Amino acid sequence: MSQRVVITGIGIYSCLGENLEEVAKSLYAGKSGIIFDQSRKDFGFRSALTGMVKEPDLKNFLSRRQRVGMHQPAIYAYMATKEALEHSGLDIDFLEKTETGIIYGNDSTAASVVEAIDKAKEKHDTTLIGSGAIFQNMNSTVNMNLSTIFKLKGINFTLSAACASGSHSIGMGYLMISQGLQDRVICGGAQEINAASMASFDGLGTFSVRESEPAKASRPFDRDRDGLIPSGGAATVILESYESAINRGAPILAELIGYGFSSNGDHISNPSIDGQIRSLNMALKQAGIQTNEVDYINAHATSTPVGDGSEARAIFEVFGEKVPVSSTKSMTGHECWMAGASEIVYSILMMQNSFIAPNINFENPDEDSAKINIIAETREQNMDCVLSNSFGFGGTNSTLILRKV
Amino acid sequence: MHANDVKMSLDEVIEETRDFLSEEFEVDRNLILPENNLKDTLDLDSLDYVDLVVLIEENLNVKLTGEDFKEISTFGDFYRLVGRKLAL
Repeated sequence: MSQRVVITGIGIYSCLGENLEEVAKSLYAGKSGIIFDQSRKDFGFRSALTGMVKEPDLKNFLSRRQRVGMHQPAIYAYMATKEALEHSGLDIDFLEKTETGIIYGNDSTAASVVEAIDKAKEKHDTTLIGSGAIFQNMNSTVNMNLSTIFKLKGINFTLSAACASGSHSIGMGYLMISQGLQDRVICGGAQEINAASMASFDGLGTFSVRESEPAKASRPFDRDRDGLIPSGGAATVILESYESAINRGAPILAELIGYGFSSNGDHISNPSIDGQIRSLNMALKQAGIQTNEVDYINAHATSTPVGDGSEARAIFEVFGEKVPVSSTKSMTGHECWMAGASEIVYSILMMQNSFIAPNINFENPDEDSAKINIIAETREQNMDCVLSNSFGFGGTNSTLILRKV
Repeated sequence: MHANDVKMSLDEVIEETRDFLSEEFEVDRNLILPENNLKDTLDLDSLDYVDLVVLIEENLNVKLTGEDFKEISTFGDFYRLVGRKLAL
């Protein structure tokens, strides 16, 4: 028998704030987290725009041995997960005695690899790279570190699916729980913020060069957009069976009722309307709801003409013109591997506080975005059901649907 | 100061070693005494020995190997080995 899957905790460490309270305020205010980073210009980036978060000092929380294998993805993920576990009322004693899994989204560890190889080249001796590098460098770095820090005993693997990694991680956690294989799974997405991780992406010429106005540079769906802006941090979502949540008196923030996915099987970087529509329809079918029951769509739209245009057409094709749509990437930039998870956190904060965060910088529609209902100013509105899209390189698509319980 | 930049005395090597070990391994400097056991005092596991090799190379410009650690039990043993390698 299929188990109901609910969300009992969320945590966030992003350019909109370092905790849920700060991020909720930023979302409501329509505050941009984008800055101009001179070091990127010096490095040779075409665009020096980026979302930015501080690297926290974990000395107060973790031992040296625990910290030494952590670079940005694991560090950010630790901060988000610590908050999510506290939010969910879970502590290490409980986690050690029960079975909790972790399926976390991550798709790069570029800076730590560069640092380790530079050290080896300098010293001509691999021993002098140090003991932490291997655990920083593997793509499963978040899982390796968090599962040992939090004494997790359940399913344990990393999910890499480009910019849909965070969303698919939640989808996989959902499947584990709905099938009765796990009671609880820690899901999420982490994204490093450094030159090494984004240099090759910048090289494609897809980043905005509106460097004189960082807060106005990310403008999904707007006619005058000129590209996306990289960003990062981490977001964690605690999934749990409804029964387990009730038994331990955990807060139930929302129920995950639908997970849809598809692969375009076509171009490596171009989106596909057909692929997106199949993902949307699969999620709706699984959720067992009609399109008019969806109160809000958190779009994947990253502020690129091709990407935004195809998503607008897919949304129009499936939902028509009425459902409110916004892309929180207008404020955050593109949080890449983290985005699918962070946008679930943002959507839950909106549901909890009864507002739709604005698609800032949406000033003039184009032919495609004119057909859908894009929310450009913060709107007070009760929401019972929200949908979040995530699409990634390689043509991987993911759609999640949440409903209030 | 680096051991090879300016020739250090063994006492100076010992004091510098106490500084970088206490800082890196987050232990009380006053516990880093010649008679105390190095592994137990620094709470070293097998991975930490790799970082110990890195620290010694960076701070004292001495390259130790796994074989070298077989003869080290106390900090005193360690200082004697380093002194020998530095010809102090």
